[in-house]
Amino acid sequence: MSGTVTITVDGREIETREGRTILQACDEAGVWIPRLCAHPELSVYGSCRVCTCLVDGRAAAACVQPVRHGMVVESDSERVNELRRTIVELLFVEGNHFCMVCEKSGDCELQALAYRLGITHPRFAYMFPERPVDAGHPDLMLDHDRCVMCGRCVRAAAELDGKPELGFLGRGIHRRVGADGGAGLAGTALRGDDRVATICPTGALLRKRVGYRTPYGRRRFDHAPIGSAAAAGDGEER
Amino acid sequence: MSDTPRAGKPRIATCSLAGCFGCHMSLLDIDERIFELAELVEFDRSPIDDKKKFDGRVEIGLIEGGCCNEENVATLREFRRHCDVLVALGDCATMGGAPALRNDIPLAECLREAYLEGPTVHNPERRLPADPELPLLLDRVYPIQEVVPVDVFLPGCPPSAEAIWQALVALIEGRAPELPYELLKYD
Repeated sequence: MSGTVTITVDGREIETREGRTILQACDEAGVWIPRLCAHPELSVYGSCRVCTCLVDGRAAAACVQPVRHGMVVESDSERVNELRRTIVELLFVEGNHFCMVCEKSGDCELQALAYRLGITHPRFAYMFPERPVDAGHPDLMLDHDRCVMCGRCVRAAAELDGKPELGFLGRGIHRRVGADGGAGLAGTALRGDDRVATICPTGALLRKRVGYRTPYGRRRFDHAPIGSAAAAGDGEER
Repeated sequence: MSDTPRAGKPRIATCSLAGCFGCHMSLLDIDERIFELAELVEFDRSPIDDKKKFDGRVEIGLIEGGCCNEENVATLREFRRHCDVLVALGDCATMGGAPALRNDIPLAECLREAYLEGPTVHNPERRLPADPELPLLLDRVYPIQEVVPVDVFLPGCPPSAEAIWQALVALIEGRAPELPYELLKYD
């Protein structure tokens, strides 16, 4: 049948369609690949590289790599997970991730990835950058300390809420999410009940006054690693 | 290393650097297993038995807290010198923790806010703490693996009693601790 292609992921044959990315094909087949910036409701982006796989022996991000017939993908192996571990450790040291006081702890996808990958500490020195908090909005808060530049909020505001008011400012290590051209969230039309308010994988963009409601032991990632539900066929992780 | 290995039960030393003693409380939270632990090991230098100095080789050293001042660094180096296996116990040891919240603020600004200009400060003579007894603060709070090599990391704020227990039993039996998913936590 035209348009149907077969790829092999960790030795398992997956039938999918031309035009799919590796990540989409695997999600549809119930094979979970770790990811951070990719989200089923949002356009393909490819910034975090957590979904890195070895594709025909070369490292590639599964969320942006289109499938091709006969492609051989290595995902859940020690050497690929070691690449992912390094990426996640780098994300931890370049921000200020104080899990012990963060209201997203237990429900945070960055933390959950680190748990799943068995990270007890990063092998790199912490940078402790200076990043101010934008708390001026009545219902939302933007804590740049916890931002991993995945761009989910930028895409969600534009694509799901129809309010393209978030963007990136600056370059390189100085890059940050900017609201209202850098003036702050308060000047935007974003609201606490917009989709953007709950799209952040970490605790960077938060709704105010809803933190710490779920007790320890009943949070999303307290008992089972991120990806367990998706791999068991219970649908998307989020 | 000047110490020679000693006969008898393995020895454990513990200390709290820039920590809150919460990790020590979590160690005590192993409840009645503390008796079992006392059968398995001998406590050496530790606030638990109030022994202040090393006088020989110790098998396991547990470090709570990061390094916020020169005394922390000296204590940590002493632990590294005397301990076969050094364990970073808790988030402050592995990443600085709450004390490291000051790390993106220059030290002079922290001192100014704390002792001179904070809204609740009463300091009519406008003096900063400068007693020679007080250890000098470092420019920022350092995770311990950025100061000495560390063998085992137990994150958590604090690591749960179960995590500490399982890790200690593994180390006493000469194994590398491997925490199950539910015991590896950063909060």
